[in-house]
Amino acid sequence: MSDTLLSLTGVQTHIGAYHILHGVDLTVARGKLTMLLGRNGAGKTTTLRTIMGLWRASSGAVNFTGHDITALPTPQIARLGIAYVPETMAIFADLTVKENMLLAAPNARRASDMDEDRLKWIFQLFPAVEKFWNYPAGKLSGGQKQMLAVARAIVEPRELLIIDEPSKGLAPSIINNMIDAFAELKSRGVTILLVEQNINFAKRLGDNVAVMEDGRVVHSGFMDAFAADEALQQSLMGLAI
Amino acid sequence: MSASKSEPGSLATSLQTTPPTSPPTTPPTPQQPRFDFDWKPLVLVPALALMAFPFVDSPSTWLTLTIAGLAMGMIIFIIASGLTLVFGLMDVLNFGHGVFIAVGAFVATSVLGAMGGWTASPELWRNLVAVFTAMLVAMAVASAIGLAFERLLVRPVYGQHLKQILITMGGMIIGEELIKVIWGAQQIPLVLPEALRGAVIFGDAAIEKFRLLAVLVGIVVFLLLAWVLSRTKIGLLIRAGVENPEMVESLGYRIRRLFVGVFVVGSALAGLGGVMWGMYQQNVIPQMGAQVNVLIFIVIIIGGLGSTGGALIGALLIGLLANYAGFLAPKAALFSNIALMVAILLWRPSGLYPVANR
Repeated sequence: MSDTLLSLTGVQTHIGAYHILHGVDLTVARGKLTMLLGRNGAGKTTTLRTIMGLWRASSGAVNFTGHDITALPTPQIARLGIAYVPETMAIFADLTVKENMLLAAPNARRASDMDEDRLKWIFQLFPAVEKFWNYPAGKLSGGQKQMLAVARAIVEPRELLIIDEPSKGLAPSIINNMIDAFAELKSRGVTILLVEQNINFAKRLGDNVAVMEDGRVVHSGFMDAFAADEALQQSLMGLAI
Repeated sequence: MSASKSEPGSLATSLQTTPPTSPPTTPPTPQQPRFDFDWKPLVLVPALALMAFPFVDSPSTWLTLTIAGLAMGMIIFIIASGLTLVFGLMDVLNFGHGVFIAVGAFVATSVLGAMGGWTASPELWRNLVAVFTAMLVAMAVASAIGLAFERLLVRPVYGQHLKQILITMGGMIIGEELIKVIWGAQQIPLVLPEALRGAVIFGDAAIEKFRLLAVLVGIVVFLLLAWVLSRTKIGLLIRAGVENPEMVESLGYRIRRLFVGVFVVGSALAGLGGVMWGMYQQNVIPQMGAQVNVLIFIVIIIGGLGSTGGALIGALLIGLLANYAGFLAPKAALFSNIALMVAILLWRPSGLYPVANR
């Protein structure tokens, strides 16, 4: 079995008249947490959306478990086992927490069809999901919404989680809870590609790292090595961990 | 192998959490989000009816007008319910929705004409069989035309509002001309079946039998839509799709298929509404869809985009106001709908229960 779960080769993406990605090369190793870092506007979110097929790559290739998914429609990509948590969280505010979770389980017609053991595991990771099970998701706080967004992504076993800035706008205590939850997911062998601006978050969780600049990956390697190299951090991100 | 597949099993024995299908049993605490139901729009309908009461000379007249208004509102709701889903979920400005109404009404004239023996019978059940057959055939024809309409006219212009308006209005003009080719350009009477003619006397109030049927059909349609939207997975998908279609796709669902399904159901409901509207007016003309179109858009704007409940309240308000104004100040009835829409939008600029943000 290949160690590479996802790979992008020379991916270029245009959004209207704008050329955003200029040939992204990126690999995500199976069972590892890969941090995708970079300044604002470097192309991180565009890379995630291109993987999901929400924006189409104009050239290059996206391979997932050995299959070319570059031109596949988004629903088909999702059904291959990729869960996506966008930066906006995209919680369905008018639906209850239960209904949000149910939607993420394509084979469950009602809540009782969902895997009970898996739900218990999710409730342990994110107690707010259980606590507010029958509440409209729009009434949750920002941190609770973020927990719901991640819980929704793991309601069924997935090959890969793609998560865009989960700590954005959250209080430090909530961020710590989130870090614990991702550490738990990591320890269970879940493969994660995570975009993050919070350096502590990145340092504590990342196995591998890729740094983007101007629509390209300009550095990739092990997180430990990157965290130890202040000069490299300064040159790529303008600050040190 | 997916490493994640072993996650829950390994933890299951050590977990002591509440079963997932049980609602939280703890009472709300200050930290918990408040679950406030927005009840204010619900009181508008009884409030309007009560406000009209002192101005109408007798309780029986008021009751007659109120039932007539509710019946008219229910028929408008049936027609508008499909469009509010199409508008809310698909963000499609379908100005051709009226053609499905007209087709439904004209199909009803043919079906009821062919079942003359059934409609002329004094037995209520034979009349109802004829009416329900006309409804089913009208819905089937309208949904088939809706399918073709979506494929040929709407699909190329998703996301382009100006083109949607132009092409769907063009589609309605073509539809009207085709109706003239098939049924002729003249007005066709749509005579009520024997047992549905006349009125039921309730106290001193005369309540037309057909209007009672219209209220019943409207209630059934609303309950069915409410059940589908709130209790089924398809309904969940539609509600989620109204809010964020992109995320629905990211969860693995083909939103385009859902769009087509909703469009077809919306067309079928318009066909059903056309049958009811034709029987309400007791005649049909090829332009009837265009005439009702404005009323439908007023209803869905009042109700809030994508909201079935909002559309029901909006339709009932329109129906009641049209009847009260028609009785009390006939000239005011001409602009009462617009005045109501302006008043509602001044109070709630996005409508009563907006679901979609456009």
